Amino acid sequence: MAVTVSLTDPYLATFDAFVKATGDSEPPWVRKLRTTALDHFQKTGFPTLKDEDWKHTNVAPIVRAPFAFDPLAEAPRIPGDLIEAYTFGVLKCSQLVFVNGHFAPKLSYLRWLPEGVRVGSLHEILHFDPRALEPELGTVATVERHPFAALNTAFLQDGAFIHIPRGRVVEEPIHVLYVSVSQEPAAVSYPRNLVVLEDESQATLIESYVGLDKGPYFTNAVTEVRVGSAANLDHYKMQRESEASVHVSNTAVVQGRGSTVTSSSFNLGGGTVRNDIRTLFREEGGSLALTGLYLLHDAQHCDNHTFIDHMKPNCTSVETFKGILDARSRGIFYGRILVRKDAQKTNARQTNKNLLLSQEAFADSTPGLEILADDVKANHGSTVGQLDENAIFYLRSRGIDEDAARTLLTYAFASEVINQVKVASMRIKLDQLVLSRLPGSEVIREAL
Amino acid sequence: MALLEIRNLHARVANKEILRGIDITVEEGEVHAIMGPNGSGKTTLAQVLAGRPNYEVLSGQVLFDGKNLLTMKPEDRAREGIFMAFQYPVEIPGVGNAYFLKAAVNAVRKYRGQPELDAMEFLSLIEGKMKLLGLDESYMKRGLNEGFSGGEKKRNEIFQMAVLEPRLAVLDETDSGLDIDALRVVANGVNNMRSKERGMLVITHYSRLLHYIVPDVVHVLAGGRMVKSGGKELAEELEKTGYAGLGIEEGATAPAPTPVGR
Repeated sequence: MAVTVSLTDPYLATFDAFVKATGDSEPPWVRKLRTTALDHFQKTGFPTLKDEDWKHTNVAPIVRAPFAFDPLAEAPRIPGDLIEAYTFGVLKCSQLVFVNGHFAPKLSYLRWLPEGVRVGSLHEILHFDPRALEPELGTVATVERHPFAALNTAFLQDGAFIHIPRGRVVEEPIHVLYVSVSQEPAAVSYPRNLVVLEDESQATLIESYVGLDKGPYFTNAVTEVRVGSAANLDHYKMQRESEASVHVSNTAVVQGRGSTVTSSSFNLGGGTVRNDIRTLFREEGGSLALTGLYLLHDAQHCDNHTFIDHMKPNCTSVETFKGILDARSRGIFYGRILVRKDAQKTNARQTNKNLLLSQEAFADSTPGLEILADDVKANHGSTVGQLDENAIFYLRSRGIDEDAARTLLTYAFASEVINQVKVASMRIKLDQLVLSRLPGSEVIREAL
Repeated sequence: MALLEIRNLHARVANKEILRGIDITVEEGEVHAIMGPNGSGKTTLAQVLAGRPNYEVLSGQVLFDGKNLLTMKPEDRAREGIFMAFQYPVEIPGVGNAYFLKAAVNAVRKYRGQPELDAMEFLSLIEGKMKLLGLDESYMKRGLNEGFSGGEKKRNEIFQMAVLEPRLAVLDETDSGLDIDALRVVANGVNNMRSKERGMLVITHYSRLLHYIVPDVVHVLAGGRMVKSGGKELAEELEKTGYAGLGIEEGATAPAPTPVGR
């Protein structure tokens, strides 16, 4: 009988080396978190196209040529001006920068924060004050049936830890910027963010993931967020990874009573991208606005899986995802909303719209509502289509040339999502980024 | 030289011949009404003049200021000075009215070698015209025709025309869906645009509009052909006798074009 080498083996072997390298410096609960996660990963292994949840996203490239992970490696030093393009200019914000997964204190700064607010490197806090993390880490982002979240948890090293105490309001955004520089051999990083908003607190979080060059690497990120009662979080994720990279992310949010969360993700980069967003109304009266935009060209692939769990009554969720797909790109949306038996008076809306700019582009949209309660307002819809020829003709009949008309309409399609961004300098940046990807945009930019 | 000269125009849409020999000559300063029952080809004629793709000209000629109109792209026709007010203006959420109109004005100006207008110049251009059409400032910030009532959409068409100042305006059933007050506002806007240099083609099913916009010439279309031309009294005659009085059956040959809208 031939001996088969499991595809998970290289990752498991790395884990042994990783554990050895960290030695006994970690508290036992962290070690246990890692080994439990690894066990789950071992059990499930990597998903294949046969898994219903993964039928459109082939992870074979990650599996076949494992990305290197060296826990002792130091982050390459990069000068500050290299990341300027990825910050938000004049925006007054606190900024944490990570290079290849490692905290870069020289590129990071904190502005004045209200008393008791903690914003810092997870790695540092794991070493100096692990008790602050113990009740929270790994409690929101579950690893069962999520092999990439499990891998992240097994190998987690660094990321942002944000803790807003009860009643504190942080007015200025907190920008967590992950930059990657490709290496030889191509490497993986495991960004891990833990965000806790205690009751009646308020914050704005921006996560950015960017590639500084065009080389290959793998980002496997997890962000877990607990939002307390009557707390208010605005969350943004900007994904501008290298187009030779793989980006897999798991975002998990738990909402308390009467809390308000808006979460918007913008996927412009990455070669193969898979985002899982899971939110849970654990108590009554919460509201969630979940939006997303994926703007793809060439052979980019972006797969968004969202799951909104209405566990308790009187919660509202409004979900809008939009895709703009050019060339041979592929955009996937799979949205599931579960309204559990107890979740009466739920209000849930879900929309996914895809705009195909080329014959070869591919969109797959699977919206879904699963309603077990009986007093519920819910609807969902999805479209895949091209630009409206009537609208193009209307614009042309007023003297606007065809390219500009197409760009204008494409931009208008995206703007519904962009306009919901409350941070002005991020909105302007998004406008620029979207326009720079469309032909004939000079005319439009002038008029804006 | 005539402003617009249509000679023996034949055109089809989706393999169905809808225009089967149209001849119209519009001189500068003239307003021509084109009347006819549903399906007579009125809207098709407007669309062909504006250059809508998929409207295929089979034979005939259209000269605008002596230039061959039919080989021009729709945007170039607009820049040359043709404006069509749509029967069903398109709603485009996400593109602001002001933004759209400024882009249009500057596209036209650029083509004509005129300097582009900046925001202030543009505002002073549109201010008086907005008042004329009863559009308030909030309108400029809204999406293009987004959520507009039928009357607002038609007013917006005439407003755009007033701003773009075309040499030839083609009004496609601008009266449809308007109540009497809205009709007055729209007609007033159109009448303000009448001038010695400008020609107009006013397409309508009913003679009602022609009480407000009094034409110099009236043409009656049926089955894609011109069946009668005359002075403004022809519209009055039609009002009394109906199309049946001219021996025309309602809705005979050509199908109504698909509404433009989303």
